[in-house]
Amino acid sequence: MTWVNVIVQGVLLGGLYALYATGLSLVFGVMRMVNLAHGDLSILAAFICLLVVGVVDVNPLLALVVVVPLVFLVGYLLQRFLLNFTLKGDDMRPLLATFGLSVIIQNGLLQGFSADSRGLDAGRIENASLALGDKVAFGWFPLLILVVSVLVIVLLNAFLTRTQLGRAFRATSDDQGAARLMGIDNKHIYALAMGIALAIVALAGVLMGIRTTFTPGIGPARLVYAFEAVIMGGLGSSWGTLVGGIMLGVAQTVGFQLSPGWGIFVGHLVFVTVLAIRPSGLFAKTVS
Amino acid sequence: MTTILEIEGLRKSFGGVLVTDDLSVSLQKGEALGVVGPNGAGKTTMLNLIGGAVRPDAGRVLFEGQDITHLARHERCRRGLGRTYQVPRPFVGMTAFENVLVGATHGRGKSERASYQTAVDALERADLLHHANTVAGSLTLLDRKRLELARALATEPRVLLLDEIAGGLTEAEVNELIETIRALRSEGMSIIWIEHIVHALLAVVDRLMAIDFGKLLIEGDPHEVICSPEVEYCYMGTERV
Ligand SMILES: Nc1ncnc2c1ncn2[C@@H]1O[C@H](COP(=O)(O)OP(=O)(O)O)[C@@H](O)[C@H]1O
Ligand SMILES: [Mg+2]
Repeated sequence: MTWVNVIVQGVLLGGLYALYATGLSLVFGVMRMVNLAHGDLSILAAFICLLVVGVVDVNPLLALVVVVPLVFLVGYLLQRFLLNFTLKGDDMRPLLATFGLSVIIQNGLLQGFSADSRGLDAGRIENASLALGDKVAFGWFPLLILVVSVLVIVLLNAFLTRTQLGRAFRATSDDQGAARLMGIDNKHIYALAMGIALAIVALAGVLMGIRTTFTPGIGPARLVYAFEAVIMGGLGSSWGTLVGGIMLGVAQTVGFQLSPGWGIFVGHLVFVTVLAIRPSGLFAKTVS
Repeated sequence: MTTILEIEGLRKSFGGVLVTDDLSVSLQKGEALGVVGPNGAGKTTMLNLIGGAVRPDAGRVLFEGQDITHLARHERCRRGLGRTYQVPRPFVGMTAFENVLVGATHGRGKSERASYQTAVDALERADLLHHANTVAGSLTLLDRKRLELARALATEPRVLLLDEIAGGLTEAEVNELIETIRALRSEGMSIIWIEHIVHALLAVVDRLMAIDFGKLLIEGDPHEVICSPEVEYCYMGTERV
């Protein structure tokens, strides 16, 4: 592989990380809450997709039509009837609750599906590739993932800036007390935010499940990548999140190229370096 | 005259300190009621109890004859209770227009189209239309106070609760604000206005009440209340016994 090709692969991988990170950053932005079960919920979505595919025998990409709304609903109910109650009091409570949730999901999946690696089979598109000259070649599917993540970010931005509900999200994020004074039901907004975030992460989980294999225990690693992408990009900046995801993807791919054991390590290294140079991330919105 | 808002025997303590002590007040439709009292008297807490930000330990809040004591804040807004904060709390990341739009769409349940007109009207009444497209985070104190007012107006309240909206402004700015509130008053809005600037209150209110230690000291004709021994003694700086 040439270096140009390595970078291209990294950028494409970054698209996936950005998708994970977008959900995490939406939840943090709206309710200042870190969801430690974020990665596990993406794995849960992949397993749900596996079940759906097993029952109706469709392409996993088509199964998204069922999986995404279902996980949206799970997110809404989870926030409305559990996590909202942890938002009063100190910051430790949502962390503990979502950590517990992470453990429950992992063990539940282990119980139901064993520790075997699974994969989702999307057919020919998985392996179809496009060659540019004789140096660079990339798969259609990773490219599709990148396009999807850019699209998700564009749509989410349009939603937040141009719609009534989006304004309610931003108002609640700025000052939830004042938002309630304006007739906004913050509990409903939080639940919607979690629903949307998990819908995005379900998309990410299924796409990743097609791209690589997954096991019940791999969720926390995905949470870490999502974190690194959000923090590198800067909190509150959706395009920053995309850039953060891409930087992480490129760093991991370059690292992997240097030595197969180094991929994740070089990713962390770049993350720590960015943090040291710009602690608030590359594109952080500064709020006075 | 009909009573639009009534509080009955409200009681609230924070960490053992009684901040609202058996407080009962009623507001008539179309009336402007002024509230004075020293710092820490429990004036803001009274508004918090009415608006739902703080729940009472005892007592009731009645709005248009209905018990709203246990209603959530956003529901009270939708019923027609508007309120401004003593220290303005704009949505800093949005323009003034968007701030007000939030009130019109969510507080009043209006469509996007209909709420544009409501938002423009509210900004105009609060004299802030010229800053409609300014990001709220960069407004001056006077304009932030106006935004508080405009945002509350956009929810089309029938009762408006004002918390020291003239505090911290220059004399000229206070006079501008008096005109704005007087105009609302003459449109028939029912108002409870907490203020330290006595001449501002006297220019607008029909009735005045004074509270200290969460208790009602005296209420009645504004001039009589201001000149009463109770108020002079505990509010106007005369020495306490
Ligand atoms: N949420 C709260 N928690 C604890 N103490 C409070 C709270 N809100 C108000 N207080 C206390 O109640 C008293 C009355 O406050 P406040 O109603 O703001 O007075 P005022 O508006 O008349 O100046 C003060 O001593 C204040 O410290
Ligand atoms: Mg006060």
